[in-house]
Amino acid sequence: MVNFLSRRIFYAIATLLVVSAVVFAIFSLLPFDPAALTCGQKCTDQIIAGNRIKLGFDKPLYIQYALFLSGIFFGRSYGTGSAAFECPAPSFGYSFNENACVTDLLREALPVTVSLALGALILWLIVGISLGVIAARFKNKWPDRLSSIFVLLGTSLPTFVTGLALLIWVTIKWKLVPLSLTGYTPLIENPFKFVQFFILPWITLAIAYAALYTRFTRAAVLETLGEDYIRTARAKGVKERTVLFKHTMRAVFAPIITLAGLDFAGLIGGAIITETIFNLPGLGRLTLRSTFEFDLPVVLATTILAASVVITMNLIIDMLYAVLDPRVRI
Amino acid sequence: MAELLKIENLHVAFPTDDGLVRAVDGVSFTLNEGETVAIVGESGSGKTVTGLSVMGLHKRGSAQVSGSINLKDGDRSLDIVTASDEEIRLLRGRAVAMIFQDPMSSLHPYYRIGNQLAEGYALHNPGKKKEGLKRAIEMLDLVGIAEPAERANEYPHQFSGGMRQRVMIAMALMNSPRVLIADEPTTALDVTVQAQILILLAKLQKEFNMGILLITHDLGVVAQVADKVSVMYAGRIVEQGSADDVFYKPKAPYTLGLLKSVPRITTHGSERLKAIPGQPPSLINLPTGCAFTDRCEFASHAAGDICATKRPELLGTYPAHLSRCHVLESTRDSLFVKELKEVRS
Repeated sequence: MVNFLSRRIFYAIATLLVVSAVVFAIFSLLPFDPAALTCGQKCTDQIIAGNRIKLGFDKPLYIQYALFLSGIFFGRSYGTGSAAFECPAPSFGYSFNENACVTDLLREALPVTVSLALGALILWLIVGISLGVIAARFKNKWPDRLSSIFVLLGTSLPTFVTGLALLIWVTIKWKLVPLSLTGYTPLIENPFKFVQFFILPWITLAIAYAALYTRFTRAAVLETLGEDYIRTARAKGVKERTVLFKHTMRAVFAPIITLAGLDFAGLIGGAIITETIFNLPGLGRLTLRSTFEFDLPVVLATTILAASVVITMNLIIDMLYAVLDPRVRI
Repeated sequence: MAELLKIENLHVAFPTDDGLVRAVDGVSFTLNEGETVAIVGESGSGKTVTGLSVMGLHKRGSAQVSGSINLKDGDRSLDIVTASDEEIRLLRGRAVAMIFQDPMSSLHPYYRIGNQLAEGYALHNPGKKKEGLKRAIEMLDLVGIAEPAERANEYPHQFSGGMRQRVMIAMALMNSPRVLIADEPTTALDVTVQAQILILLAKLQKEFNMGILLITHDLGVVAQVADKVSVMYAGRIVEQGSADDVFYKPKAPYTLGLLKSVPRITTHGSERLKAIPGQPPSLINLPTGCAFTDRCEFASHAAGDICATKRPELLGTYPAHLSRCHVLESTRDSLFVKELKEVRS
């Protein structure tokens, strides 16, 4: 167990180093001057030259990378004298476009994205698994047919269509959910407003994923129902309901959890379309904006964050698997 | 000897897109206390479907079952074919239990052995969950698993194939059923383990005074343990009698073919293994005549083309030894004895 963990953490750190180095290299090779992007239209050569030195863009690439890495652990200060400012550890650099430390930008955006992803995850797991089980239980009967229509719609409608449709009908035409003007409210502050703010984005994301999970659960349940050990359970005299909800679902949960973990991790990287449609100040929108504005420190930070979430999630799933499946020992 | 199971004129058919698959076509036999009845036949002959019918494990809607399967339960008797799902469920694992061919996949990989055994006990003895685990450990001990209390806490993947089949047997016997259906219980096991399992089954049969319905394609196994044998071909019983009769005085050409194709240790290296030529007929389009005609080397001994046109009935000079064949029984007797002598010499 300790051996497994230390090996996995070592690999995780190595992967993150490679990811950050590649992103760093890509942006440095782009044909524009990062220093020139730090000020607006009224830039003079002197300001650009000053910023170049202040942000360390004058140094060789490997030193810039080393400075970036040391910033994560020790924080980083820019400039000298009265103009000096500091981004404390963990620092991912300074965004001139936003005039803020990148870490602070992430700190604002992350809760929004996590709330979005977590709420959607819960919703699509409930809907997807229930529909999948029902479809499998009534295979080829009308509940199965109905659910396959849902699967077809959910998988073929892009999120920008469902999102916009929900926004137009539910918010604007039927006025069921008010258009949020106050913006993001944390759950602890006002749970009601929190749900109001997120309900449509949750549904938008959940529809797409629930469709996939319905199909996946249906297939997994049907496959498991055909297993020999299910026949054994029936031969013992186990009730059909228990066969389905205990013996079958026990075997179906492990692969579903794997899938859910990976999908969740992917969403933390940014549900760009959903966040853009509903104007959510999350990581997806931050990534999109920073990419268009060549805001290198922010792009670098969001990429590393997304990569580390995926890596961590993989590790968690592997450990969870050992708990769920007695055949797996780590 | 009390009659435990009486199957009469059992038909099982499965509707498919290509047509009706007649898997079992008019099967009848009885199983008494302390007796082992073997059903022998090749793959697709309807042996397992017959066994599953007794368990009532065919899905309504996907299988058409007719005839009668009377199973003794205490002092009453219930017809599985007409009983309700719930009535059958209450019989399963209590009055009749089944062990399956592949012990590797027949145990749930995620549950502890002890709990899997106890579940069957608790189902039929409501409110006795704790006794279930105690009983499970007793049964594991009975089927020869060392340190049963510790092993009950383990998972199926921690057991070897032979040990898993012992677990399956222990699970089947949790509620001391009167009838045990063993569907190819030794097929997936090593030869040395096969013998252990058969000896164990025989020992437990005596102890519980069970009737065992042994489904197998292995004639060696039949010879060792069966009292009565029914040979099945294309969903029908083609020969039925005591094990001795069927082995030493076979009356159906198919049975003779099976006996002749048993490999012998005396066979010379260059000699080819004997096989029955051809393939069994499709169960969707069964021939109007005898289903074995195309593969039968004795069809010419029958009158005219009766083999191809008329379905033979299960008949015999002795009511305890029946067979399905148009060739005169006396003609067959003399022909078959000669053939067997050649093979067995």
